[in-house]
Amino acid sequence: MQSAEIKKTALYSAHLAAGARMVDFSGWEMPINYGSQLDEHHVVRKDAGMFDVSHMTVVDVRGAGTRSFLQHLLANDVARLAEPGKALYSCMLNERGGVIDDLITYFLDDNYFRLVVNAATRSKDLAWMQEQARGFDVQVAEQHDLAMIAVQGPNARAKTLSVLPAADAVVAEGLQALFAAQCGEFFIARTGYTGEDGFEISLPADRATGFWEQLLSAGVKPCGLGARDSLRLEAGMNLYGQDMDENTSPLESGLAWTVAMKDGRDFIGRAALETQIAGGIHMRLVGLVLEDRGVLRAGQPVRTSRGSGLTTSGGFSPSLNRTIAFARIPAGDDLECAVDIRGKPLRARIVRPPFVRHGKPCAGVL
Amino acid sequence: MSDIPSDLRYRDSHEWVRLEDDGSVVVGISDHAQAALGDMVFVEVPEPGFAYAQGDACAVIESVKAASDIYAPISGEILEANAALQDNPGLVNSDPYGDGWLFSMTPSNAGELDDLLSAADYANTLED
Repeated sequence: MQSAEIKKTALYSAHLAAGARMVDFSGWEMPINYGSQLDEHHVVRKDAGMFDVSHMTVVDVRGAGTRSFLQHLLANDVARLAEPGKALYSCMLNERGGVIDDLITYFLDDNYFRLVVNAATRSKDLAWMQEQARGFDVQVAEQHDLAMIAVQGPNARAKTLSVLPAADAVVAEGLQALFAAQCGEFFIARTGYTGEDGFEISLPADRATGFWEQLLSAGVKPCGLGARDSLRLEAGMNLYGQDMDENTSPLESGLAWTVAMKDGRDFIGRAALETQIAGGIHMRLVGLVLEDRGVLRAGQPVRTSRGSGLTTSGGFSPSLNRTIAFARIPAGDDLECAVDIRGKPLRARIVRPPFVRHGKPCAGVL
Repeated sequence: MSDIPSDLRYRDSHEWVRLEDDGSVVVGISDHAQAALGDMVFVEVPEPGFAYAQGDACAVIESVKAASDIYAPISGEILEANAALQDNPGLVNSDPYGDGWLFSMTPSNAGELDDLLSAADYANTLED
């Protein structure tokens, strides 16, 4: 972001008060850490941490045509959403089958779905949705003046419930994984981006600081975007712009499970994906665990027996005390590869993400 | 405000140098640098016996955020590398001027120490 003024969330002062180190993230001034990224990572794996994710964009789609519009717009099928409150992860594709963005959609009622999309892709997402909405009986409206706090970790739910008004706590406690409910002014979802249990809560921006402070007094620790990145990497969750973008297909991004091809539903990008499948999917996104000493980072060249690839995300895994990555490599059954780190080929094992779930290493990772 | 001991010399790339009684020097990174880089997760220090010219990249430190080159503040031969950093790179964060030292050198030209910054001059480079 060059000319645009850097934006601040409603929690900006709370971050400074907590000793945050702030960085520019997609045009937002956001906390990268509050002292130690490693401590923040561990607190989410072992107790409860909270993230300000107010930079994310909330888009409400309303109208009689909402379901048919989303069945056209998204590669995953909202027909899978039968019960009100249920959430679905999906890619939004272009006609070439490339990923415009990944998002979560919540089914609230037949005429009302809520979408949460990335901050970095906000304008192009909104423009694309508005364009595609023509001909459907829907209104697509960005929701302003909302803040969003993600509370994550094995103790996240209990600590959050302890500070919610009693009636809301009852509803929130009853939420199954991947369900959400509107509780007064709070939209509470049992979702997340860390591989731990917890909530993502949207609330009016003017109530964000008060709620943040209540969570602080309940023993929830502030965590920055640095820990959020190492947590999602361990959890095997893609980051838009790194692990997939408009030039990569979900089928070569480890996201085939999010594409609903059955029943002939005509969604944007379907024809391109069918062509890809007919011609064979030549690349795949895998997990890497470095065997030699060093640190995997995004953008390192990878060599396999079938050709070359590239790491797309990488870093130190605090839970495994190893360095891990995602890499896009030629499809096949290779079990190991070499990663070029500062000119040296270092050995890495190829594994299937996730690396860590609910605080524990996944089978075959170590 | 970061800690900048007055008895050390500094390079504007954030290495510190301590002259020992036997004429060798110990090298590490400043408190400011460790705080800016974040938690260290990997340190690659040079092998004893290797010689470097002043300004050569001779070590790499990697934090949760990024990899950074460490430059030889003076010319000389590596005397010893801090082996404790292999298992505990976080020493660079917790004690940057003590147990978090990176390596020691035998200077080939002790006069190069005069090229380095005083604590006050280094502090000035951090102001902006």
